[in-house]
Amino acid sequence: MIALLVRDLRLAFRAGGGFGLGLGFFLILAVLVPLGVGPDPQVLGVIAPGILWVGALLACLLSLDRIFALDHEDGSLELLATSPIPLEGVVAVKAFAHWITTGLPLALAAPVLAILLNLAGPGYLTLIASLLLGTPALSMIGAFGAALTVGLKRGGLLMSLLVLPLYVPTLVFGAQAVTRAAQGLDGSTPLLLLAGITAGSVALLPFAAAFALRINLR
Amino acid sequence: MASFWEYANPVKFMRLSGWLMPLSAVLAAVLIVTGLLWGFFGTPDDYRQGSTVKIIFLHVPAALMAINAWAMMLVASLIWLIRRHHVSALAAKAAAPIGATMTLIALITGAIWGQPMWGTWWAWDPRLTSFLILFLFYLGYIALWSAIEDPDTAADLTSVLCLVGSVFAVLSRYAALFWNQGLHQGASLSVAPGTRMDWSYKAPLYLCMIGFGLMFLALVLAGTRTEIRARRARALLTRERVRA
Repeated sequence: MIALLVRDLRLAFRAGGGFGLGLGFFLILAVLVPLGVGPDPQVLGVIAPGILWVGALLACLLSLDRIFALDHEDGSLELLATSPIPLEGVVAVKAFAHWITTGLPLALAAPVLAILLNLAGPGYLTLIASLLLGTPALSMIGAFGAALTVGLKRGGLLMSLLVLPLYVPTLVFGAQAVTRAAQGLDGSTPLLLLAGITAGSVALLPFAAAFALRINLR
Repeated sequence: MASFWEYANPVKFMRLSGWLMPLSAVLAAVLIVTGLLWGFFGTPDDYRQGSTVKIIFLHVPAALMAINAWAMMLVASLIWLIRRHHVSALAAKAAAPIGATMTLIALITGAIWGQPMWGTWWAWDPRLTSFLILFLFYLGYIALWSAIEDPDTAADLTSVLCLVGSVFAVLSRYAALFWNQGLHQGASLSVAPGTRMDWSYKAPLYLCMIGFGLMFLALVLAGTRTEIRARRARALLTRERVRA
């Protein structure tokens, strides 16, 4: 499983396109929003948590189809399915690799972009914490969506239609935590709920995703 | 005694639904027409809301069926995944567009009522938001059905999506409650004592609700029958082609 993780990471770093693309998208979004809504720091400060979370979510979505699509095309997914590792483990490892290449950099880059968006001082720590806690759920839910649509010719657009509604609770709790913290309130309740969603998805969704993969490989 | 599972046999299902579908359709029509006429003309105006309150006879039954249609799809998906009855998968497929339409009706009638009452067509209220999200779930489910060619694969994948989606739909409901305080009133009907609604309103409302339930049943049966016939036609065509 570690070998698989290393392989996926290596592919993401070396094959180009996947890694960094999400980060670039995140940066562009943080630049485009002020251009759209105007440079008023007060307005930006109010919407910053939401923009950052929506941006992270969309950046995550961009690279989702890479989780399984490339391996499905060259047949290595079939090999993985017949390997001694259970398919559920494969799914979990691939989601984890996706998180390392998108979720983790997003969480680390978010504070820099938050400065651009004039986020209030107390929100920064919660911003990093909420993204660190929440993006694993985004990767895992996304892996489920990717598993559902892996066999389809134009799965990308359909996958966003399937995955985005599933992202709603994560987005709500994540953005709420940052909003509350930025206003100087206690943001721990939404953070805990966010952690709960992540724990639940990481525990249960590999089974659903592996089931969907088995059907698609049938 | 005939078991419920016998109707997993398409022939038996077609025979049963052959008379059940028109029967429930006629009953639904009678109940809805009576309920709506009674509701619109036979009830007094509300003290504060005037006659706008009467949209409730469309709004509440539609909202009820919007949620129950998803619940029915969930049960049908489980039956398909566990017992592999094709009729069940097709019933879930047939229910989805109906449920989506009901959600849309609930949202639109709500907007029409909200404009004079709340002064706005739309508010980001938890109930309204969860219904909009439910509508998105329906769209995704329908899109997945139409995207996959092989019927069994489609049935499997949509069933998994329905299961996972149900969990996340409930989560979204509570997330929306957490996210914003509501403008929408609490439940008007409840089994708990201390009723909030007079019987002069409740009676036609119940008629409409039962009528909508029967209408849903008739539409699902019609949709399932169409799917079964379409499959038969496809099988016949394939056989012809093989023979030729």
